[in-house]
Amino acid sequence: MIQNNTVDAGCAGKLPDSIRERIVALLPRYPNKQAVTLPALHIVQDELRRVPLWAIREIADILCLSPAEIHDTMSFYGFFRTDQDPLGKTRLWVCRSLACHLRGGEELLAEFCSKLGVAPTETTSDGKITLEFAECIGACEGAPAVMINDVHRKNIDQPEKVDALIEELRAL
Amino acid sequence: MAYEPVLLARVGKADSTSIEGYRRDGGYETLARALKDMTGEQVTEVVKGAGLRGRGGAGFPTGLKWTFLPKGHPGPIYLCVNVDESEPCTFNNRVLVEKDPHQVLEGIILACYAFKATTAYFYIRYEYGTGMRAMQNAIDEAYAAGFLGKNILGSGYHLDVFVHRGAGAYICGEETGLIESLEGKRAWPRIKPPFPAIEGAFRKPTIVNNPETLANVVQILKRGADWFKSIGVPPDPKNPRDAGSYGPKLYCISGHVNNPGVVELPLGVTVRQLINEHGGGVWKGKKAKGCIPGGNSMGLMTEAEFDTPLDFNGPGRVGCLGLGTGAVTVFDEDTSIVDVLYNLCRFFQHESCGQCTPCREGTGWMFKIMKRFQAGQGRREDLAVLEEVADKIGIMPGTTICGLADGAGWPVKTAIRKFRQEFEKYIQDGTASKSKPLPMAAH
Ligand SMILES: Cc1cc2nc3c(=O)[nH]c(=O)nc-3n(C[C@H](O)[C@H](O)[C@H](O)COP(=O)(O)O)c2cc1C
Ligand code: SF4
Ligand code: FES
Repeated sequence: MIQNNTVDAGCAGKLPDSIRERIVALLPRYPNKQAVTLPALHIVQDELRRVPLWAIREIADILCLSPAEIHDTMSFYGFFRTDQDPLGKTRLWVCRSLACHLRGGEELLAEFCSKLGVAPTETTSDGKITLEFAECIGACEGAPAVMINDVHRKNIDQPEKVDALIEELRAL
Repeated sequence: MAYEPVLLARVGKADSTSIEGYRRDGGYETLARALKDMTGEQVTEVVKGAGLRGRGGAGFPTGLKWTFLPKGHPGPIYLCVNVDESEPCTFNNRVLVEKDPHQVLEGIILACYAFKATTAYFYIRYEYGTGMRAMQNAIDEAYAAGFLGKNILGSGYHLDVFVHRGAGAYICGEETGLIESLEGKRAWPRIKPPFPAIEGAFRKPTIVNNPETLANVVQILKRGADWFKSIGVPPDPKNPRDAGSYGPKLYCISGHVNNPGVVELPLGVTVRQLINEHGGGVWKGKKAKGCIPGGNSMGLMTEAEFDTPLDFNGPGRVGCLGLGTGAVTVFDEDTSIVDVLYNLCRFFQHESCGQCTPCREGTGWMFKIMKRFQAGQGRREDLAVLEEVADKIGIMPGTTICGLADGAGWPVKTAIRKFRQEFEKYIQDGTASKSKPLPMAAH
């Protein structure tokens, strides 16, 4: 068994109760607590737009793991952000894999970069949009495709559609 | 004779996702009958007898896999449904899960009943938010209707199904990578054996199946093994090890075609038929140069090879790795082969989990060389280096833990073998290929 070795007086209590309760509620689904690592990271990042170090400690506490174990898992998935690079309000993914590439995915990404004034992984200065490149998001019949948080948007194949999409996301 | 879809029959209906709609179309009747009249072993026998092979890429016989679980195990036994679907250009399971989640769920329950699993984890890639919500809703409805939970339909059998979301990593589709990820760790594939059927999730016997495979289980139990075997391609009589390619397949068509999409057809349709009869032909009235016939990992096919049937044996006959996911992406005659291979190499370099040196370094080298090619600085010796690296990484040469590296090598090998002249011309002329990649920050 993994020992609970995270007794750290300074860390407990910052995680909002609502988040803590949602994490704890998942524990009965799995035969061990470590399996709640990814779900917990998702819950925290959805709410806080990043997974701060103190949240890693608190997740570790709930799951009876060491913070290093949570961090080890978290850092494997390029998906999670830290205090150094928090997400903006909306995360916009632009697919660069083959089916999209063949229908202008690279150009689409370039278009978003120049119109938003950021490079992939960066967030606009107003904090509204984080731009990402993605490997195939599974919407290839609508190439070039993008994803707004976790919802696909297909056939973004004209500059006007890029403008409209940016406007839509800025208004959120 | 036109083939009438069964797996996709409900996709496109107005109420395709609700339990009412599903039951109106006879949904869960197959499950009710199986729970009442059949033992789990009998369900397994029917699936085995139908010759169903896994649709996730490897084509392993499904019923046979189920029998690898230890006999009389006290449990728990787990099912992990593999909805990572990250093989580029593949989206058939997304359609199935988004539009007809109850069909997949009925397959999950039937499979779990067959091999006595009491918990199933529905591992779905994060990118499928819409599918995740559709399935969560289906699960909630199924609990309320008594198809999940304790004592299902009074049979005494009980099953829980939980949705578990991934976090954007291709390697989570490899079955042991998926299990590690489910357990809350880095998705580093495990060394096999032991195979998951012996020691899988939480060190318990585990079956990993693809949603399309599970949807086929429903149709087999509903329509019978003979119906299933009347579709597709029987085993090659000259090859005693061929298990045949029976049943329907969800083929994806994308890239330079007029009508990209997913279509259900008997296994064994040719690439040319797919493109011309179902994909609306190559776009802009152009000719095709080639395609990738089963996701990024299977290698390249030239236009001259388009009469190859897409069954479990066909692509291998033209040097491809296999059927893969049956996802065909076509590129037209004006596409630079350098651009195509650059894209494929970039994908594998980005997605290698880094555990095995040959894969981690090899995918990096191959991408680096392709970057050079794309900038018009390909060197004569590059082709030999690419081929050597591609030949030496993977499970087949025996240098890596999982098949990602084989999938990374195959596009390179087949591209160079089949399009060598084009590569040589790029080297000779020093021309850069068309699209310019952006400098990417971080990652
Ligand atoms: C690198 C890699 C990625 C894979 N990705 C997937 C995937 O996304 N979905 C899938 O069903 N199988 C995937 N597989 C195959 C699985 O390991 C496994 O064979 C499959 O899920 C078994 O299900 P099936 O027998 O129903 O096809 C992948 C394999 C490898 C080596
Ligand atoms: S072959 Fe590649 S992806 Fe697979 S385990 Fe090794 S390093 Fe990871
Ligand atoms: S290649 Fe872009 S969605 Fe599949």
